[in-house]
Amino acid sequence: MLINIENLDCRRGNKLIIANVSLCLKTGECLILKGPNGSGKTTLLRHIAGLNSKNINDLVNADIAYSGHLDGVKSTLTVYENLQFWAGIYKSKNLESVIKTLNLENLYTRMAGELSAGQKRRLGLARMLITNAKIWLMDEPTVSLDQATTRLVSDAISNHCQKGGAAIISTHVDLDLPESSVLDITQFKPHKDTKTDPFLEGTF
Amino acid sequence: MSLWEYANPAKFMALSARILPILAIASSCLLLIGLFWGFFLTPADYKQGSTVKIIFLHVPSALMAINAWLMMLIASLIWLVRRHHVSALAAKAAAPIGVTMTLIAIATGAIWGKPMWGTYWAWDPRLTSFMILLVFYFGYLALWEAIEDKDTAADLTSILCIVGSVFALLSRYAVNFWSQGLHQGASLSLDKEQHVDNAFYFPLLICIAGMVLLFITLVLIRTRTEIRSRRLLALRLRNN
Amino acid sequence: MWSIILRDIKLAIRSGGGFSLTLAFFLIVIMIVPFGVGANLDLLSRIAPGLLWIGALLSCLLSLDRIFQLDWEDGTLEALATSPIPLSGIAIAKATAHWITTGLPITLASLPLGYLLNLNYEAYFWLFTTLAIGTPTLSFIGTFGAAITVGIRRGGLLLSLLVLPLYIPTLMLGAQCVSKGTNNPLELLALISAISLMCIALLPFACAIALRANLK
Repeated sequence: MLINIENLDCRRGNKLIIANVSLCLKTGECLILKGPNGSGKTTLLRHIAGLNSKNINDLVNADIAYSGHLDGVKSTLTVYENLQFWAGIYKSKNLESVIKTLNLENLYTRMAGELSAGQKRRLGLARMLITNAKIWLMDEPTVSLDQATTRLVSDAISNHCQKGGAAIISTHVDLDLPESSVLDITQFKPHKDTKTDPFLEGTF
Repeated sequence: MSLWEYANPAKFMALSARILPILAIASSCLLLIGLFWGFFLTPADYKQGSTVKIIFLHVPSALMAINAWLMMLIASLIWLVRRHHVSALAAKAAAPIGVTMTLIAIATGAIWGKPMWGTYWAWDPRLTSFMILLVFYFGYLALWEAIEDKDTAADLTSILCIVGSVFALLSRYAVNFWSQGLHQGASLSLDKEQHVDNAFYFPLLICIAGMVLLFITLVLIRTRTEIRSRRLLALRLRNN
Repeated sequence: MWSIILRDIKLAIRSGGGFSLTLAFFLIVIMIVPFGVGANLDLLSRIAPGLLWIGALLSCLLSLDRIFQLDWEDGTLEALATSPIPLSGIAIAKATAHWITTGLPITLASLPLGYLLNLNYEAYFWLFTTLAIGTPTLSFIGTFGAAITVGIRRGGLLLSLLVLPLYIPTLMLGAQCVSKGTNNPLELLALISAISLMCIALLPFACAIALRANLK
């Protein structure tokens, strides 16, 4: 079991966004989070990534790679320099093979600022591969992408899962992934009467 | 029953509502008695004449200017370690009062300084330290105002308060290397030799006690306001 | 961590800021002072230590908001925070890169600028030493300020308001040490070193707390 979460409450600021979340993730599995805007998909992903609280680490049993709404691409560095930086951070040696897998060779010396949205997303995917992490957490990875690039993203994810990884992905689009299960996150919406804020308790 | 129970906003509101009137009356009585005694019933100093009597405002406010920061430091630590909301709000509530105390201390010092040293302002270590303390207060308050999310603001101001305390202390000792002092030594200390005369000592103690109670009273009132405004915010969020 | 330092230096040079902008600012600050107070060499020589230190301080301030702001805006900071490198390590790397792009060139440039201000002959050694030891403090304190204000839009002014008071002890001791010249400045130098070491050892943890609060 890579992730085994039971009864997790996620807050943003003081507000309880989703309550009593239970989910587990096994090797090779891909979990897709569905729900309307503001239902807490991002909050949940950030929680699992450890950005909102530190003590989540006990529930997650493998390395994670997180990709948020932004790619983390530096526009004044070339594609290669961007990837070299992340390879240095994760001390990984698969830089060349990642570049080959994602067909980035011809973009090698281009400034990242000149890339199109799809190319930037490819660069973001390359970062995920470089981390060598087992679990991928991706927040809306296909937003503003055309069909071909969406295809590329879902291929990369299913490839990753086949090689023994796992992923949790929030998306509105149907990604057409094998071995995936869908988790409707609206079911975790806190009940109207739950105490969500210490300042609402009591009367004064 | 532990002290931490009063970290719950509702409990804190109930308790503070009960003790506020007592504190308010006690502090105003002590301040009135202390100041009356100090201003009218003490002799004039043989060197400084009647100007010395400003000490009854100057010393208590200066003490509270520093102690307000100390209280903010403790409240900030409690917030960071135990995450009690009341604690963070009490620190926020104390800051403007600390600013006022610092300004009173500087102003009374200047008024006293003119007849004694011949100038309203000198770059003396103690005076300079208070000026530095003032900018630390301003930075702290500005940070509270600048951040929208209240809990993030509490986190960041707390860590600023802690780091700021260290640097305020460093500044206090660094100024000694930087300028020679005009300011007289401590008015109160454990070393008996250094004390002010007994005629001044007792009214001064009463004034200080009054000022401490006044500070607590004001902090409680402001904390209650902060808690109410947080409740308003929470209610608005819930109804959205 | 090395890759963060290298990348930050590369970014600083690429974005046209880096060394040249800081140095040009330092030069301008030092240059406008004689315009304001007059070109009397005796006067300039007397106020030179303080001016050079204030100039160094202001030039340092100039590039502080870039330390975390750009990484925050393009999502790099989020990605770094989920990487195996602890946040305090990131803060150390950032502060080091900032020192290399500002503190180091300032320290080197202070010597010729000191000549412009008719600095006493004996004071050059102390100017160089105090700046070399003191500017890392400025970078680490600045990184702390940047970590606190990273989530605030247009936080630059607030950043200065928060950071400048924290610079006071270093400035006082540094400028005093240079003006004292031969009159036993070692005591002050020891104090500057102590503050510097304290900042390097402890402030990264404060930065980590501030970054974590901002990332929430």
